[in-house]
Amino acid sequence: MAESVRVNVTVNGESRSSEVEPRLLLVHYLRDTLGLTGTHIGCDTSNCGACTVLMDGESVKSCTVLAVQADGAKVQTIEGMAPAGNGALHPIQEAFWEHHGLQCGYCTPGMIMAAADLLKRNPNPTEEEVRHGLEGNLCRCTGYHNIVKAVMAAAESMRSGEGVPA
Amino acid sequence: MSAVTEGATGTQSGPIGRRMKRKEDPRLITGRGNYVDDISLPGMLHMALVRSDVAHARITSIDKSAAEGMEGVHAVITGEDLDVGAPLPMVWIPPGVEVKTPEHWPLARGEVNHVGDPVAAVVGSDKYGVIDAAAQIVVQYEELPAVIDPEKALEDGSPLVHDDLGTNKTHEWALGGGDMDAAMAEADVVVERRIVNHRTAGAAIEPRGCIAEWRGESVTLWTATQIPHLVRLFLAGELGVSEEKIRVIAPEVGGGFGSKLNHYAEEVLACYLSRKLGRPVKWLETRSENLAATTHGRDLIVYCKMGVKRDGTITGLHAKIVADLGAYYQLLTPFIPCFAAFVMSGCYKIPAVQTDIVGVFTNKFATDAVRGAGRPEATHAIEVMIEQAAAELGMDPLELRRKNFIPKEDFPAEVAVGVVYDSGDYHGTLDKLLEHVNLDEFRREQAELREHGVYRGIGFSTYVEICGLAPSRVVGPSGVGIQGGFWESAVVRVHPSGAATVYTGSSPHGQGHETGFAQIVAERLGIEPENVEVMHGDTDTGPFGMGTYGSRTLSVGGEAAGRAAVKVQEKAKKLAAHLLEAAPEDIELADGKYQVRGSPDKGLALADISLAAYVPENIPEGMEPGLEETSFYDPENFVWPFGAHAAIVDVDIDTGKVEVARYVAVDDCGRAINPLLIEGQVHGGIAHAIGQALFEQVVYNDEGQLITGTFVDYALPTAAELPSFETDRTETPSPVNDLGVKGVGEAGTIAATPTMVNAVVDALRPLGVSYMDMPLTPMRVWQAIQEARGAGSGPRATEQGRQTDEHGSGSAGSGPAAPAEGGES
Ligand code: FES
Ligand code: FES
Repeated sequence: MAESVRVNVTVNGESRSSEVEPRLLLVHYLRDTLGLTGTHIGCDTSNCGACTVLMDGESVKSCTVLAVQADGAKVQTIEGMAPAGNGALHPIQEAFWEHHGLQCGYCTPGMIMAAADLLKRNPNPTEEEVRHGLEGNLCRCTGYHNIVKAVMAAAESMRSGEGVPA
Repeated sequence: MSAVTEGATGTQSGPIGRRMKRKEDPRLITGRGNYVDDISLPGMLHMALVRSDVAHARITSIDKSAAEGMEGVHAVITGEDLDVGAPLPMVWIPPGVEVKTPEHWPLARGEVNHVGDPVAAVVGSDKYGVIDAAAQIVVQYEELPAVIDPEKALEDGSPLVHDDLGTNKTHEWALGGGDMDAAMAEADVVVERRIVNHRTAGAAIEPRGCIAEWRGESVTLWTATQIPHLVRLFLAGELGVSEEKIRVIAPEVGGGFGSKLNHYAEEVLACYLSRKLGRPVKWLETRSENLAATTHGRDLIVYCKMGVKRDGTITGLHAKIVADLGAYYQLLTPFIPCFAAFVMSGCYKIPAVQTDIVGVFTNKFATDAVRGAGRPEATHAIEVMIEQAAAELGMDPLELRRKNFIPKEDFPAEVAVGVVYDSGDYHGTLDKLLEHVNLDEFRREQAELREHGVYRGIGFSTYVEICGLAPSRVVGPSGVGIQGGFWESAVVRVHPSGAATVYTGSSPHGQGHETGFAQIVAERLGIEPENVEVMHGDTDTGPFGMGTYGSRTLSVGGEAAGRAAVKVQEKAKKLAAHLLEAAPEDIELADGKYQVRGSPDKGLALADISLAAYVPENIPEGMEPGLEETSFYDPENFVWPFGAHAAIVDVDIDTGKVEVARYVAVDDCGRAINPLLIEGQVHGGIAHAIGQALFEQVVYNDEGQLITGTFVDYALPTAAELPSFETDRTETPSPVNDLGVKGVGEAGTIAATPTMVNAVVDALRPLGVSYMDMPLTPMRVWQAIQEARGAGSGPRATEQGRQTDEHGSGSAGSGPAAPAEGGES
């Protein structure tokens, strides 16, 4: 095993510092080292998007980033989307719930993070743009219909300033 | 925006029928779900497997020394080291039919039979370290000839998958009724077609995984499964441990689609190694392992023959099925194709219907249930044949369907194969579909577009599915021969405060049991679903249950929950009568009150009654305290959902690319408990089937190498390839259960593949294309167009060369293929 390396990452607003194996994937760092198991793993070829998180504000597939590459970065995971404890949800989460945008829920954290990135870049997307924007995230349960609906609805509520988390 | 539930805002008065948002969602949308991989135990070790990279070989040696010497490695075992009491189970023993059954051990014993066959297991302290160690295990093989094409496997002189069985034919099984010879003689036209329903993967986004923890004499196994209670029963035999010492928990399960309706080698290995090492052992499947060694589905070649009279009357339908079962059996492998036979009549009154099945071993992984399991294959064959026959007769395919539909007034209707459809209105769903699709307008538009070189097509299918598995007397040991019962269980426990907990034997993986079952029980008890908690998937907390598959959840599991709740309601009424000093028969439950009939002012809420039940100073003589009941419900019949679907597609004839412009579905799953959940199930099913129709295929090459071993090669549809779906429903209650429900989890997968194929063929018919096998990839569509053009415009084009890797790709543009008697002609 190679020498371990120290990484400093700000995760959901908290600064974390750990010794890691250089080959450790960011997704395993989040899940195993930090215990943030909301980020999932669904493939080994960067296809499914279950592991999507935001790194310095942009969506990345955390199975395709090494923890050491995240050194110095700000990472946001699903756990950081809504403040814990007060029951408030991010508008995207709210919309997924409202529009039945999930079934087994396994793809959901990745979908929500990908949607967050999409809506930041394009706050008023067409259905077509949402579908293309989520192309990197696979869902086997929903047929995407209600996911797309949820993202469109979230876009609307975020534009109108409703439902911004406290 | 707050996270307060809006469950009470339905249009109906009671909880049943509400579009209630799901109770399970708050934890899942915030990343607080608890899937197998989210569980870590103190001292936990990790397991990795060494799998065969050849399709068929004798193992001549396994050198584990290098791996054993690596830091952090605790154990390396092979098939010779593994001492378990029984091989992996297959539970179908049809009376009077011999099914050749190879022993299937968790680790190969001397021989490997497919790529991905587990050969050795490594356990160590580090997740990455065990993978490094597995790579150091050296397995020497003496390769044997592999057989990949199931029709070639049936030929004399073919290499054998299992030498000791002396044949690659697993079994023959048939179901039918009516006089087929007379039916075909009576027909004016007999349409024949070889239809390949290719191999696919369940491809749940959560791969499989499990953790075993042995403490003293007991073991707990967390596993991503659809059938925790059955897994426990099997483990008892394999591990030689009494059943009550085993606890199996299905935590949050990230999709199943049949692929987790099984008991797998890794579950046994994790338990075995945990006992051996005294530490918890976790195994997680990689996606590559999932595509190689989690059950595949479909893989049938259907030789179909339909007899029709000039006026459109169907006289007979005969399907000869060659089923590629792979190298070993999983739980239900040889039985799955038989399921097709039960619905081979489709929605039609056909005097003679016959299905003859031959199962075949090949050097591939086992097939088993994948969403629909046999019914999509049957429906695909029937609905493709209907449109083939219509084309042959020059008749409108919808007219042909209507002419042969079982009329509404015939229900309950016994069909030729001997099963009784419970209720239906096939004209009704088709009429409703056509309210959404204006066919005349479409045909005008289609003709116009063709003038501009745009090839647009419309395809239809209607379907009936067999759900609500199952009446035990029909499918049990002396019936069809599955060694089990198919009832479901539920316990409804009302707490002193009047809130309730339901324990179901059914085990969800995305369906929304926690919401749907809460609605049913709440309605029966006169409380709100928000106050009903549904527990599932833990063999230690509820009664034995059969699990979730075959669209059985609501009609069997939900019915059991409803019946247990009715028992509770009856006791609550007796208690209310006592408290109100009235006669029990005068008590009614109305608007959440247990009241003397017609006197709402003197009513009690469930909470008043439950408190009395648990503080029993004031209960009637002879009544036991508490408010809790159990139900084991075994249905009298199956339930038979049905529907009509249409797809409109555009085909780019230069590239062969198919775009789905519209997809419209009208389904009837009986009474709706929660329309939101129904729509979700329909959407998912349609997408799954469009995936099969256009993109997905498990492909092995001639040597038995798996070509589609990752999500790069196994192409699931993404959001960008699908349209939004248009769905509608009719409601024809089932008379089989008190709820009147049927089931809808597989509807989309059953209806959508023939809809898609029919639509693409409709688009390309002017070019002379009369049929294509799935998947309708651009390459295959383009080739079909070229071949049809090359062969003139008639449907009688050349017989296609078959590629063995997909056994039966593209018979595009070909005329009726002759069914081969006893194998390849
Ligand atoms: S796990 Fe990262 S893309 Fe699939
Ligand atoms: S909700 Fe199951 S994979 Fe998307």
